[in-house]
Amino acid sequence: MIELVSAARCIACDKCIRVCPTDVFDRGTDGIPVIARQDDCQTCFHCEANCPVDALYVDPRTRPQPVPHHEDELADSGLLGSYRARIGWGHGRTPGALQAIGPAFGTAPITS
Amino acid sequence: MGGQTQELTADVLVVGGGPAATWAALDAARAGADVVLADKGYCGTSGATATGGTGVWYVQPDPAAREAAMASREGLGGYLADRGWMTRVLDRTYANINELAESGGYPFPTAPDGRQPRNGLQGPEYMRRMRIRARRAGVRILDHSPVTELLTAADGSVAGAAGHRRQAGHPYRVRAGAVVLATGGCAFLSGALGTDTDTGDGALYAAEAGAELSGMEFSNAYGIAPEHTSVTKTAFYSFATFYREDGSVLEGAASQGGRSVIARELLGAKVYCTLDRADPADRQAMRLAQPNFFLTFDRLGIDPFTQRFAITLLAEGTVRGTGGIRIAGEDCRTTVPGLYAAGDAATREEICGGFTGGGSHNAAWAMSSGSWAGTGAARYALGLGRAAHTRAVRAAGGAGLRPTGRGGVDHREVIAAVQGEVLPYDKNYLRHGDTLTASLRVLDDTWRQLRSGLRGDGRDAIRARQAAALAANARWMYRSALARTESRGMARRLDFPEQDPAQHHRIATGGLDEVWTRPVKEPV
Ligand SMILES: Cc1cc2nc3c(=O)[nH]c(=O)nc-3n(C[C@H](O)[C@H](O)[C@H](O)COP(=O)(O)OP(=O)(O)OC[C@H]3O[C@@H](n4cnc5c(N)ncnc54)[C@H](O)[C@@H]3O)c2cc1C
Ligand code: SF4
Ligand code: SF4
Repeated sequence: MIELVSAARCIACDKCIRVCPTDVFDRGTDGIPVIARQDDCQTCFHCEANCPVDALYVDPRTRPQPVPHHEDELADSGLLGSYRARIGWGHGRTPGALQAIGPAFGTAPITS
Repeated sequence: MGGQTQELTADVLVVGGGPAATWAALDAARAGADVVLADKGYCGTSGATATGGTGVWYVQPDPAAREAAMASREGLGGYLADRGWMTRVLDRTYANINELAESGGYPFPTAPDGRQPRNGLQGPEYMRRMRIRARRAGVRILDHSPVTELLTAADGSVAGAAGHRRQAGHPYRVRAGAVVLATGGCAFLSGALGTDTDTGDGALYAAEAGAELSGMEFSNAYGIAPEHTSVTKTAFYSFATFYREDGSVLEGAASQGGRSVIARELLGAKVYCTLDRADPADRQAMRLAQPNFFLTFDRLGIDPFTQRFAITLLAEGTVRGTGGIRIAGEDCRTTVPGLYAAGDAATREEICGGFTGGGSHNAAWAMSSGSWAGTGAARYALGLGRAAHTRAVRAAGGAGLRPTGRGGVDHREVIAAVQGEVLPYDKNYLRHGDTLTASLRVLDDTWRQLRSGLRGDGRDAIRARQAAALAANARWMYRSALARTESRGMARRLDFPEQDPAQHHRIATGGLDEVWTRPVKEPV
C-alpha cells in the first residue's frame, strides 16, 4: 500500500492524484497530496512510477504498516524511485521495455 | 450531491480504459466517429494490463506456426473454441502489434540474434502509449468518471450511459449512437494485481439492458503471489519448487497443472516456494522482462532464487477466466442493438474455450475485439446519424441505484458476503455441487437484500454498483457451474470429474432477480 508522500521532495505536480486508478489521494491545502483513502489502494505502484521526483513509496504488502517508513533509509537503500528507474521512465533514461527479453520457457505454454 | 449533470454527446461511447477500450476508441475514431472514452480510474494506469503487462498471442503468419498456436489450447479448453475466430484474432493481433511497433511508438526489444520479439508488452509503457494514440485520434477521455448505468431508447437499443465524475464532483451523461463495454472482467476485489477496478460492472449493465452472458462457469482462475502482497504474476513460478512448512517438497504442486495441489494444501497449512530452477542467465532475463515481479522481493529483502517465501493464491475470476458478455457477431455486437463488448468484459470462449486466456490469448483478444467493437460501433452509430442524440432515453440501472425497498444495506456488507462465497478455494476452486448450491443460497439472499435496500449516490453510486455487480457475477458464475455437470476446461467439478461428450456446448446465462442458464447448441 501507499505508505509515504515526501513533503520535502514533492513539487505538487498533481500527477499521482490524476493517475491513481482507485483515487486514493486528495490534494492538500498546500498542494501536497494527502493519502485520503488508503483502504482503496490496490498496491499497483503506478503513482510511484509517475512521480517525477521520487517522492512516493508503495510498500508491497497489501495492508497498512504499523511502523512508518523512514524516508532517508528508503533513499539510502535505493528503494525510493526504484520502480521508475527500472521501467526507465524519467529524463535521460532508456525505456525498460527496450531490454525486456525474458527467459526461455522451453516448450511449456505460459498460461498466465 | 455534487454539481449539475454534464451533458455530452458522441457517436460512440467507450466504457473502460484498458487495452480493449483504447483500441476500440482508436478504431472508432479512425472509422470517422466522434468518440468519448470514460474510465472509472485513469486511462493509462487502470485495469489488469496497465499494471501487470501481458504476454501476447503474436504468431508469425506461417501456416505451421499458426496451426500449432491454434492447437495448443484446444484440448485444455474442452474444444469449445472456434477456429474461425482464432484465425481472425491471430491476424488482427499480428497487425495491431506491428502497428504498435511501427507507428505506435512502443519500444520493443531487440534480441542478441537481431530479431525483435513482439510477444510481450510491459503494462505501464503500453497503456501510456495507447492513451496518447487515442488522444491524438481525437478521442475525448474522461478519467475518474465511472459509468454507473446504461441509457436505453424506446426500442430497447442502447443510447448512451450515465456516471459520476468523481474528481470533478458532478454527474454526467453521454448520449451516444452506440456504446462499447470494455470494463474488464471481475476479480471480486481479491487484491490480485491491478484488478480492483475490474468488478464486473459491464456484465451487470449489459444484463440490465437485456444482453446475455456466456462461459461464466470458466471463472475460477487463481494467481500465485507472495503472501500478503498483490503481485499475481505467475509465469515465473514455472521456475519454482513448492515446499511445505517442514521443508519437504510439495509433490505435484506446480504453477501450471498443479495449482489445485497448492490450493488444497493452503486450506490447512502454509505453502512456500523458491525459484530455484532458474539459472543465472534466466535470473537476469527475468529481471529485465518483468521489473514489477521483483518489486515485492526487493522491498521485503527476499532473494526469491535462494530463499523460501510463503505464497498465496488470489482469485482472478473472469480476468484470467474466460466468461463474459455473449458476442453475437464478428463486429463484437451483443444481442442488444447499439451495444458492443470487448476485452475481458466479453466472453473469450471464441479463442480459449473453457481454459484460461491468461498468458497470451486475453491480450490478443483485448486488442482484436477492441478494434472490431470500435469499428462496428462506429458504423452503427454513423448510420443513425445525429438523430441518435435526441432519442428519448430511459436509465436502465437497478440494483444499487434504485432500490425497490427502504434502504439501509451497506455496500461493504454485500462485498464481504459475496467474497465469502467466491474467494475460498474449497468453494470456488475445488467445486462441488453441494457447495455450489449452498453458496447460491447465500448469494441469492444477498441479491434480494441489496436489490431492496442498497443505494449509493454521487461518488458512492459506483461503490453500490460494484457491490451489486460482484453479487450478480457470482450468481451467474455458480449457476453456470451447476448447470455443467461434468469437468471441462477450468470448470472442474469434484462430483463430476470426467468430461461428458453430451455437454460439448457453451452455456449462456443472464437475468437479475431470476438467474437462468441455457445450453447454446448453435455454432457461434
Ligand atoms: C497479473 C495479471 C497478469 C496477466 N498476464 C497476462 C498475460 O501475460 N497475457 C494475457 O493475455 N493476459 C494476461 N492477463 C489478463 C489481461 O490482463 C486481461 O485480459 C486484459 O487486461 C483485458 O483487457 P481489458 O481492457 O478488457 O480490461 P482491463 O485491462 O482490466 O481494463 C478494464 C478497464 O475498465 C475500467 N472500468 C471498469 N469498470 C468501469 C466502469 N464502471 N466505468 C468506467 N470504466 C470502468 C477500468 O478502470 C479499466 O480501465 C493478466 C492478468 C493479470 C491480473
Ligand atoms: S499504489 Fe496504485 S492504488 Fe495505491 S496509491 Fe499508488 S497508484 Fe494508487
Ligand atoms: S507525483 Fe510526486 S511530485 Fe507530483 S504531486 Fe505526487 S508526490 Fe508530489
